[in-house]
Parts: sequence; C-alpha cells; structure tokens
Amino acid sequence: MLTLETLRLTQDDFTLSADWQVPTGGRVALIGPSGAGKSTLMAAIAGFLTPTSGRILWDGADITNVAPGKRPVAMLFQDGNLFPHLTLAQNVGLGIRPDLRLSAADKDRVQTALDRVGLEGMAARKPATLSGGQQSRAALARVLVQRRPLLLLDEPFASLGPALRVEMLDLVADLCRDTGATLILVSHTPDDARRIADSVVVVDQGATDAPVDTEAAFANPSAALSHYLG
Amino acid sequence: MAPRPVALNRGAMIRGWPGRSAALALAAFLLAPLIAILWRAGGFGSLSTADWPALRFTLLQAVLSALCSAALAVPVARALARRRFGLRGAYIALMGAPFILPVIVAVIGFIAVFGRAGLLNSGLALIGVAPVSIYGLHGVVLAHVFFNLPLSVRLILQGWQAIPAERFRLVALLGADSASAQRLLEWPMLRQVLPGVIAVVFAICLTSFAVALTLGGGPRATTIELAIYQAFRFDFDLGRAASLSLVQFALVTLAGLAALKFGTLGGPGAGFDRPVARWDLTGRGLRLADALWLGLAALFLLGPLAAVIARGLTGLTHLGAAVWQAAMVSLALALAATGLTLILALTIATARRGWVELVGMAPLAASPLVLGTGLFLLIHPLARPADWALVVTLTVNAAMALPFALRILTPVIAGIETDYGRLADQLNLQGWTRLRWLILPRARPALGFAAGLTAALSMGDLGVITLFADPERATLPLMVWRLMGAYQMQAAAGAALLLLILSFALFALFDLGGRRHADP
Repeated sequence: MLTLETLRLTQDDFTLSADWQVPTGGRVALIGPSGAGKSTLMAAIAGFLTPTSGRILWDGADITNVAPGKRPVAMLFQDGNLFPHLTLAQNVGLGIRPDLRLSAADKDRVQTALDRVGLEGMAARKPATLSGGQQSRAALARVLVQRRPLLLLDEPFASLGPALRVEMLDLVADLCRDTGATLILVSHTPDDARRIADSVVVVDQGATDAPVDTEAAFANPSAALSHYLG
Repeated sequence: MAPRPVALNRGAMIRGWPGRSAALALAAFLLAPLIAILWRAGGFGSLSTADWPALRFTLLQAVLSALCSAALAVPVARALARRRFGLRGAYIALMGAPFILPVIVAVIGFIAVFGRAGLLNSGLALIGVAPVSIYGLHGVVLAHVFFNLPLSVRLILQGWQAIPAERFRLVALLGADSASAQRLLEWPMLRQVLPGVIAVVFAICLTSFAVALTLGGGPRATTIELAIYQAFRFDFDLGRAASLSLVQFALVTLAGLAALKFGTLGGPGAGFDRPVARWDLTGRGLRLADALWLGLAALFLLGPLAAVIARGLTGLTHLGAAVWQAAMVSLALALAATGLTLILALTIATARRGWVELVGMAPLAASPLVLGTGLFLLIHPLARPADWALVVTLTVNAAMALPFALRILTPVIAGIETDYGRLADQLNLQGWTRLRWLILPRARPALGFAAGLTAALSMGDLGVITLFADPERATLPLMVWRLMGAYQMQAAAGAALLLLILSFALFALFDLGGRRHADP
C-alpha cells in the first residue's frame, strides 16, 4: 500500500498537498489541467523531488528519503525511456542489474520479457531503428523485469496515436494483472482513465483528494472534475 | 505542464566524491608551488631595475599582439560571415588548426619565410632592399598574431552570426547599402565583441614563453616568462626567479579576470556552417576586398606551414637516433597527460558542483613557468630536479589542458544528465556503472575531441621542460629548439615536421576515434 502522509510539495511558488492512500494492486489515474502538478506528484513519489513536509510510505516503510533507484518504484517518463546507445536487450537488462553483468538466467528473463511485449527477435536492435510503439513496448519490457511493486506512468504514450495508445494501455493493464503491481498514471483523457484505472485522483489548484472509484467519479463529477471536463 | 523537477540529492552526493578529491588534488598541485614561491621570494626585494624592461616588454608585446590580431580579424571574419564559397568549411577548420600547432613548429616556419635566409628576404634582396630581421618585438608580435588571428576570427565570427538574419533583411527592405548596414548592425556588434577578443588575446600573450624564447631574448625583447627561465638557467638565481614568478602570477591573474569579464575563454568551438544571407553586398569592389582579405589571411597562416613541410621533407629522412628517442618520450608523455586530463575532467565534470568546476578552470590563471618554478623550489631540496623533468612536464601539461577539456565536456555531460539523468537515477545507475553505461558512450565524440586537443597540446608543449631538463633528457619540441640553437636548421626542420605530423595525427586519431560509429 502506498501512503502519502500530509505530503506537501513546493516548486518555486507552486505548492501541492496530498494525504491519501492507494491499496496494493490499485490502479489510479491522476487527471487535471496542465500545470496542476500531476508530474510534480509523480516526481515526488519516484524520488526526484524532496517533499517540503510529510512522508511517503510503502507498506508502512518510510521511503521519503530513499534514492530513486532504491525505491520500490518503476517509472516511465514522457520521453527518453530508452538509452539510444544501447540495444534493446541492454536497455531491458538494466532493469535487472544496472551494471549489466547478467547471468544466463537473467538473459533468459530479458528475452522472455521482450517476447511478452511482442518484440521477438529485436533484442539486438537499437531504439532509433524502432517505431514509437515498439519503443514503448521495449520500455514496458524493462518495467516487467524490474519487478517493482509500484509502477508510475507519466504519460509515456502521449506521442502515440489513439489506437496505439489504447493498445499500450491494455498491455500495461495485462502486465499489472500478471505482476500484481500497483499503478499510478497521469492521464489527459477521461477515456484512458476509464479504460485502465479503477480510481481517479483529481489534481487541481495545488490540492488533491483521495482516489474515487472511476465510474462513480465520472457519473457524479466533483466541482473540480466537471470544471476540467468542461 | 508543471516545471520539470530537478534530479535529487542522494545519488548526486555519492557521485560527488571522486570529483571533490580530484579538485582538492589539483588545488594542492597549483597552490603548493605558489606557496613555495611566496616563501622563497620574500617580497619583491630581489628584483632590480634590470627587471623593469621585462615587465614593459611583456605588456607592450601583449597589447600590440592583441590589437593587431583583433584589427586584422575583423575584415577576415566579415568576409567569412557574408560570403559563401566551396572551401568555406575547410577555411573555418583551418582557423582551428593553430590551436593544436606546436609553437616551435610555427617558429621554424616563420624563420623559413621571414628569417635571414628566408623567402621574404630573398625576394627583398632581388630588388635590392636590405634584409629585415625576424628577431625582436616585431617577430614576437608576428608570431602571436599568427596564433591568435584565427582565434580572434572565430570569436568575431560568432558575433556576426549572432546578429539575427531578420535584421539584415530589415536593412535590405529599407533599401540601405552596405555602409548603413555597418553603421546600424555591425559596429554595435563589434563594439560589444572586440573588448573581449582583445582581453583574451592579451591574456594568452602574457604567458607566451616559447615564442619569446625563440624569437625574443636580449635585454630589449625579454618577457617576464622568459626572464624567469633566464634567472634559472643562466644565473641559477632562485630568489629572483621566485620574485619574477610572483609578478607574473599577479599579471596573469589580473588579465585572466579581465578576459573572463569581457570575453570568453578561447579554444576551438563548433558550428559556423551558416553564412548570413545578405542583400546589401552587391558591389564588385566589396567582393574583391573580401576575397583579398581571405586570401591574405590564408597565405599568412599556410605559408609558414608549407615552409616547414617543404624544408622538413629532406630533413625527415636524416633524423638522428636522439630525435626518434625524443619523439618516443613526447608520445608517451602526450598519451599519459591525455589519460590524466581525461580522468580529472570526467570526475570534475560529473561531480556537477560549482566550486569543483571552478578549481578545474584554475589552471587558466597559472602560467607553466610559474608553476615550474614553484615545483622546482619544492623538488630541489629533496631530489635532483632533472630526474623529475618528465613527471613535472606530464603533470603541468595535464593541468594546463584541463580547462579546455572541461570546457568541451562539461556542457555535454550536463546535457546527458538533463536528457537521461532521471532515467539513470530510476534504474539506479550510480558511480562507475553510470559512467560505463551512460556517460562514456554518450560523451564519446566530446571525449575524443578533448583527448585529441590534450594530446596535441601536450605533444607540442615547450615550456616547463626547459627549466628541468638536462642534456640527456628531451622532448621532441625541446629537441627541435636545441637543434635550432646549434644552427642545424635542416635537422631542426625535419624534426619540426615530425612533430607537426605527430601532433596532428594524435589529434585526428582521437577526434575521429570518438566520432566513428558514435551513437546518435
């Protein structure tokens, strides 16, 4: 379970507060207007931003001051999720061991992960030779081998076309089901949120409320949500 | 979009310790000699009135060199900025070449062109004019203009290219001619850029040693840097050498600060491929003038090089064993200095701390002979300085090249961290692993370029080695100078050509090696 305990984030003159929990295996969509602080909140959970006050806990353990790479967190950013100078196998392998000293069993896991996301036979390719959708798949393969219980998606599929984005979200949903991972994703479109998330958090004007069941949230939108939906 | 958060805290701190140690070691290496000098000099008491001309000459030649370089660079840069021609790229590359050209090689070329038996005087003799001498103030200034004209051209060209093309279009729309364009756009730019150019060239010429050593000398043409050397080698007056070093240190620090304030650090840059589109340059006279300036500058830069090659070719086949041995020593030194500089530069640039980078740039304020004097004072009571000649040369060369390597690497590594730092943090790539799998592969072209510069600079350096070396020890530049001193001009030209080939080959190998198969 992820717990954000009276969390307060500050960036320049922008502040954001959060005080809620996500149960293990939950799938939460953060929605809200641009600049509302969705990415800021993700950055704090991933460890890229130190909170001004409050704590972040995973299963009761305080991870507020743990370095990003040591948190139980895997994250995909808006862009740059693969190192362009490494092959797909190496990019995925980094998720197992950052020094890439992989055993035969590790290499099998890399191969299996690549197969699982539909990139059979592409292990030796470099990212530049892949389509945008294939690059997203490779990044997901790494998430798969990372085996981190909490997955953060900061709009990694934003540059893909609608059909491809839906395909990726379904793949993410499958992976989460396979691994039992907890998911938090930033979403701009209500459709995406409905498709994958079981609850939504509206981020607006520096405040966040506890996750609300997705269907209920859209059926009976709060003031902030209806303002956002227009 | 909320502003992108900056990378955290913990990982960066762990990453910092090699950089901090490197910076501390470098600071000790720069400060210990200075303290030795301060202690030994005991003020300026051991300076006599005989040292005033050295100070005067140092300032005079630096001022003249800076003014001449800047004045000549303006028309050349203007022609480059506004003309398109087939060899424009090659011409701009030529402007980077003197940076890695060993001073002693250029001097040999100068003597071949302007010397007593050189091309110029042979021509003058044909028309019955008395020969001119290359030695003295004008020779020193000429050599300094040779080295700093290209740098000045590049800096001024940057200024020209910073004028937005729209402004020239506006001038064209207003129907203005070239003179009005000059008044409206070009003069204001030059007023902004030129003080920086002059300050940078002035600072560079203050510490010039090899040029003064070979083309200066005598009571009327001795720089402080050269006076330090003479106090050492001729009088073995360490107290006076220390006092002179103190004067030189004060001068260089002041000039360095002025250069930092007014301009940017010199050194080769990149990206001048876009000539500015102009509509105000229709006259045939202007076109001719531009061609003339470009031609003259090319002749001035290529002439001495061509002369070295022409004279050296015959000498190249008759090089003695001593020359080959010196070449091996220089190669080994250059490679070792390159390794040391790259390690320092990488650790300092990846530390990403302000004060660490500042220490890394500090060698700019040091002059090799001042550093050498201090190191000599430190070593002298403990061991025979000649035994340490190569180690001292290696470390001083590595330190002197460090600011240039940092200037190349720091922005590249900062860019890598901006683009991939969070991904690397997320994947827990720290320390050596981060270097191995992220920084080294992505910074490879920049590393190759920095390595090439360091190797070439170190290969061609003729500085601190002159204080330490005994007759049994020599680097290739020192060997060339000794052959010159023994009036073996043929052998000197051959050795100079070998030095030229090795310096440029080292640069090209590292630079191409870095770029070859580099990832996008």
